[in-house]
Amino acid sequence: MSQTATILLVLRHSPYSSQIAREALDAALTAAAFEVPISLLFINDGVYQLLAKQQPDQLQAKNLSKTLSALAMYDIERLYTASHCLELRGLSNDQLIVDVETLDDSGVSALFHQHQHILSF
Amino acid sequence: MLLHTVNHAPLSSQCLSDCLRVITAPAALLLIEDGVYGASPKHESLFVELTGDIACYALQADVEARGLVGLISPRFTLVSDAEFVELTIQCQRTQSWY
Amino acid sequence: MKLAVVVNGSPTASQAANTALRYVEAALELGHQVPRVFFYGESVHTANMLTTPPQDESNLTLRWQALSQQHEIELIVCIAAAVRRGVMDDREAGRYEHPAGNLADGFELSGLGQLVDATLNADRVITFGGQQ
Repeated sequence: MSQTATILLVLRHSPYSSQIAREALDAALTAAAFEVPISLLFINDGVYQLLAKQQPDQLQAKNLSKTLSALAMYDIERLYTASHCLELRGLSNDQLIVDVETLDDSGVSALFHQHQHILSF
Repeated sequence: MLLHTVNHAPLSSQCLSDCLRVITAPAALLLIEDGVYGASPKHESLFVELTGDIACYALQADVEARGLVGLISPRFTLVSDAEFVELTIQCQRTQSWY
Repeated sequence: MKLAVVVNGSPTASQAANTALRYVEAALELGHQVPRVFFYGESVHTANMLTTPPQDESNLTLRWQALSQQHEIELIVCIAAAVRRGVMDDREAGRYEHPAGNLADGFELSGLGQLVDATLNADRVITFGGQQ
């Protein structure tokens, strides 16, 4: 097993309309439990996962933003998003629930190369 | 080098444009499944800004299934399943846009 | 090279499980190793033994079973994703007091640790997704 392997999870989908966002986070938490250095990149509709005021009670769905807030507790601290994706959707950093580093397009591109493996969600 | 796969058609999904926004040379772009519709010459304008070091491919099995043989832009090289595998070997990582 | 394959799309609402199968077949033909395929998200339905396409149609479940048997590939199905979607072995069925399990032979329920393990031990990782 490679001790230095790093994994980038690319999260491109909005929460609640399907399980993919939830299941990507479950994968992230598992990797963290294995003490694998991981990063999460929230782009395209994946930026919607980061919105602070999610209240899915009426959907009887689990609140994804609560899991995101707890990521730091599991040593998952490398969270990234793309400024272009936020801007296109009329979102700003202060509307987001967690500390994410905002990257420009070239930063996003570079991020792909900075990890050994990519898990696409 | 990164391999990007896109599996949806450009008019029904943002996948292709999301990919093209961040794809950086040197890289390879492989259209698979419904993504092969993006290889139509009609969509050429989507790709004009790609620099020379981005190789474009379309998965042959999907092109043939959809009756698109002969309707693909010359920008795209058709690849077999084996060549698909080779691409994932040559490129260190693959990002799947779906 | 050692390849880790993750399938994340429905077998009926996407081509993910189909494209992944062809990819694995081609990889094996080229002499690469695919020790494990991890079925996640909607792809867990590929492991449902009750899947019964018409006689004149390809049966993805059977094709994966055959491939797995022939080449000793572990077909791991994420247990949480599967149980959530009503795909489970007899043991899980018993645990949840369901009349029977429906996990196809050759597929095995396991945790996300298997996905992480496969990724860490692979030279290349690829995800086959569907439509969301």
